Amino acid sequence: MRDTLSEIIEIDYHDLLESAIQKKREGYRLSQACAAYVDGKPQLSYSFADDENYKYVTLRCNIEKDTEIISLSEVIPYAAFYENEMKELFGININLIEPDYKNKLYRITEETPFVPKETKE
Amino acid sequence: MKKRSIVPYGPQHPVLPEPIHLDLVIEDEKIVEAIPSIGFIHRGLESLTQKRDFNQMVYVAERVCGICSFGHGFGYCEAVEDIMDVEVPDRAKYLRTIWFELSRMHSHFLWLGLLADGFGFENLFYQCWRIREKILDVLELTTGGRVIFSVNKIGGVMKDITPEMAGAVLDMIHSVKKELDRIVPTFMEDYSVVSRLKGVGVLTKQQAHDLGCAGPFARASGIKTDMRKLGYAAYGDLDFDIITSDDGDSYARCYVRINEIYQSINIIRQAVEKLPEGELAAAVKGNPKGESFVRIEQPRGEAIYYVSGNGSPHLDRMRVRTPTFANLAGLCETLKGADYADVGLLILTIDPCISCTER
Repeated sequence: MRDTLSEIIEIDYHDLLESAIQKKREGYRLSQACAAYVDGKPQLSYSFADDENYKYVTLRCNIEKDTEIISLSEVIPYAAFYENEMKELFGININLIEPDYKNKLYRITEETPFVPKETKE
Repeated sequence: MKKRSIVPYGPQHPVLPEPIHLDLVIEDEKIVEAIPSIGFIHRGLESLTQKRDFNQMVYVAERVCGICSFGHGFGYCEAVEDIMDVEVPDRAKYLRTIWFELSRMHSHFLWLGLLADGFGFENLFYQCWRIREKILDVLELTTGGRVIFSVNKIGGVMKDITPEMAGAVLDMIHSVKKELDRIVPTFMEDYSVVSRLKGVGVLTKQQAHDLGCAGPFARASGIKTDMRKLGYAAYGDLDFDIITSDDGDSYARCYVRINEIYQSINIIRQAVEKLPEGELAAAVKGNPKGESFVRIEQPRGEAIYYVSGNGSPHLDRMRVRTPTFANLAGLCETLKGADYADVGLLILTIDPCISCTER
């Protein structure tokens, strides 16, 4: 079944913090945040849910591997869990995460982050 | 100034069904802060998209976790079906709904048992798990599996429920309802049980919203949200209300989950009575190209499945955001100010599923 209440909006990463604040003001909660590598470059998705009418908006940023992102955790404290995950497992350069677990949220014996070979080179 | 100590809690602990570690900052016997760390059973299942094709990933998704297995397979299939614009036959939608609600029932009974064990009521624990066996028996009868039953496939389901099996499902829910009626007063009215749950680990509605909580944990704080209201599978055709409580404490979380078992019984009864004739699966051609976010209501709350395909058999990305991950922030908040003796119980009240969380 197609979820007609869900949409993906591409934004510039510079606008991420401002867009997130706007969503928070509108009553949305951060539902998830994740990273992926598309054609060797990182792609970030921050999804916001409106619990009253089930709208679901995903803010999408395509960035370069060395792009520095400002954390949303100052305005949305629990974003820290998602952002620590993105930093630890996907190697996304996110600054000012509060709290920053410094690669200790996931106690994994494998070497992290799990970055595609072509991106490492 | 009171002395602060850091007490490590887990990953191996008698009250924890699965490994999670918390560094508890304690003043006297009160928790000041809880710092979680996970990853002890991280299996890298999402990265298997590089090695398995999108059909094989159904089996991988089902193995994200044992207890929520059906939902993971279902959520993944819904996401791929969304990308490929596959219309699942009505009968398959109803069958998926029946199995999903049976899964919710056995998950909630499992949780009730663990909660009873957590507050030291061994007999109640055994009663809950004994009742749960009846649900697992019916799952085995209808699917061949008790916990991981692998009935989902892209486009529909692989097994059918015959009229005899449907009769067995109805008999079972009738029997389970009677048994549930007998144990509910113990959870809701027994003095010693109520004293361990009432007013313990309160999370207000505003806090639950601000911390992004999901599922029964959020509904127990008054947040009226349930992804089944999106109408996926057959839920759009069935009549049910969202169960909430305004108290936000451990008792409210127990109340919500108990009533969700009654709700599941009601949904299963409706689905069995309305079960339409027809095909079990639609034909699926080609490979997924595009992306989709799918939200479903797992027993522990809102779960999100993100799938991105490039037109080849191998997906670019498969991502699962599980309700326990969403509830970690809420758990840390409820632990603040709690007595050390209540930590185990409070961890249980979010119904943690660590296998799901770590994937």
